[in-house]
Amino acid sequence: MATVNFTQNLKRHIECPSLYANGETLHQVLTNVFRANPKLGCYVLDNQGQLRKHMTIAIDGKTIIDRIRLSDKVNPDSEIFIMQALSGG
Amino acid sequence: MNPIALIATKKGLFQLLDDLTVQPLGFMGIPVTMVLASKNRKQWYAALNHGHFGVKFHRSSDMGVTWEEMSAPQYPQNKSPQKEQPQTDSPQDEKGASLKLIWSLEFAEDNNDKKLWAGTVPGGLFYSDDSGKSWQLNESLWQYKLEQEWFGGGFDEAGIHSICVHPDDASHINIGVSCAGIWQTTDNGDTWQNKSKGMRAEYMPPEQQFDPTIQDPHLLVQCPTSPDSFWVQHHNGIFKSIDGADSWSEIDTANPSNFGFSVAVHPKDPNTAWFVPAIKDDCRIPVDGKFVLMKTTDGGQSFTTHKKGLPSTISYDLVYRHGLDVDDSGDRLLMGSTTGNLWLSVNQGDSWRCLSHHLPPIFAVRFVKQF
Repeated sequence: MATVNFTQNLKRHIECPSLYANGETLHQVLTNVFRANPKLGCYVLDNQGQLRKHMTIAIDGKTIIDRIRLSDKVNPDSEIFIMQALSGG
Repeated sequence: MNPIALIATKKGLFQLLDDLTVQPLGFMGIPVTMVLASKNRKQWYAALNHGHFGVKFHRSSDMGVTWEEMSAPQYPQNKSPQKEQPQTDSPQDEKGASLKLIWSLEFAEDNNDKKLWAGTVPGGLFYSDDSGKSWQLNESLWQYKLEQEWFGGGFDEAGIHSICVHPDDASHINIGVSCAGIWQTTDNGDTWQNKSKGMRAEYMPPEQQFDPTIQDPHLLVQCPTSPDSFWVQHHNGIFKSIDGADSWSEIDTANPSNFGFSVAVHPKDPNTAWFVPAIKDDCRIPVDGKFVLMKTTDGGQSFTTHKKGLPSTISYDLVYRHGLDVDDSGDRLLMGSTTGNLWLSVNQGDSWRCLSHHLPPIFAVRFVKQF
């Protein structure tokens, strides 16, 4: 299972401990993560299920390419970091 | 100490207490775009716009001591088939709408603190009957937005900044939209009519200047004791209606400027209204650097300017559309600026006292009223 980590800054607003989740794509992983905590999903994804404009996600040290469909591949031992983008100030 | 007003700023929510001190109330460092509270309702509400994490909606049952996150309004997911290739961006028509801002909040009924209207960017009106645990997009109005391609005024996309619920009939509502003019429902949102007849947009091509769907009202206010009387501070000037928004007349007597964002109407006298003028429209600073308030007491036939207690030297304060409010009595006005100045008047705007020079940029001020 992939490891999913959240920016410390998000923890000020909502509980979001690091956790493990299954999935072959980022979309599958996040679906599994946010199914149990939809309010947390609203902090990361917009109403269309796309990555918020001023958020970014890295998988194994590489920034994802597909911010719309979240189709970037995830391996069972991948480490995913969900972070703020500097574009947001 | 009791709160007499709430102040929503770029860096959190503040309250004005009855000893005229200003105290932080919550959400420090977070933009608070709108707040809703009343004397006769237990629940208070605040709308936030995190820079990174999106729009959030909070409720307090203890006058702001603690806040609980509720659900924010949510636009429906676009069901159109997605392309197979990875996408880094998508055209607007394929992307579907997503909540950008809660710009206006009002109670939907008397004696009920759970039924709410929320006006948003990108142009949707939402209703909640459970304190914001869930929201329903008003589909009939949203269809007009999609068909008429409302455009943005102040933001990239259209937005609803004014919601006026008729004081005697909660199903009769007028809203102000930038940029789609004034819209009215008399059946609680089932059907809508554009009510911008007489408004004029000089900044548009000649054939479009009177088009009701491109008007940019900056703020719509309704006199609670004379609900057929409305004032609008419009991008193009000041407009007044005395027939329930069926028609509007342009007021051209304002001095030093008919441009601004905010307007407040006296709760017991529809002929008395206040405005904060600025240079239109790419400049947006006080005329000649002199920050003043404009007041009419004769329905716009004439205006007086008031500066006692306001900055005596050159000023760059701008008052956003929700940055001016009048209390239940009509005597006290509160005004907050982009420069973080907060002023109070206790004599209908004739003179002012600065309560703070050092607040963050102020988005909205609201007296805690009996409504």
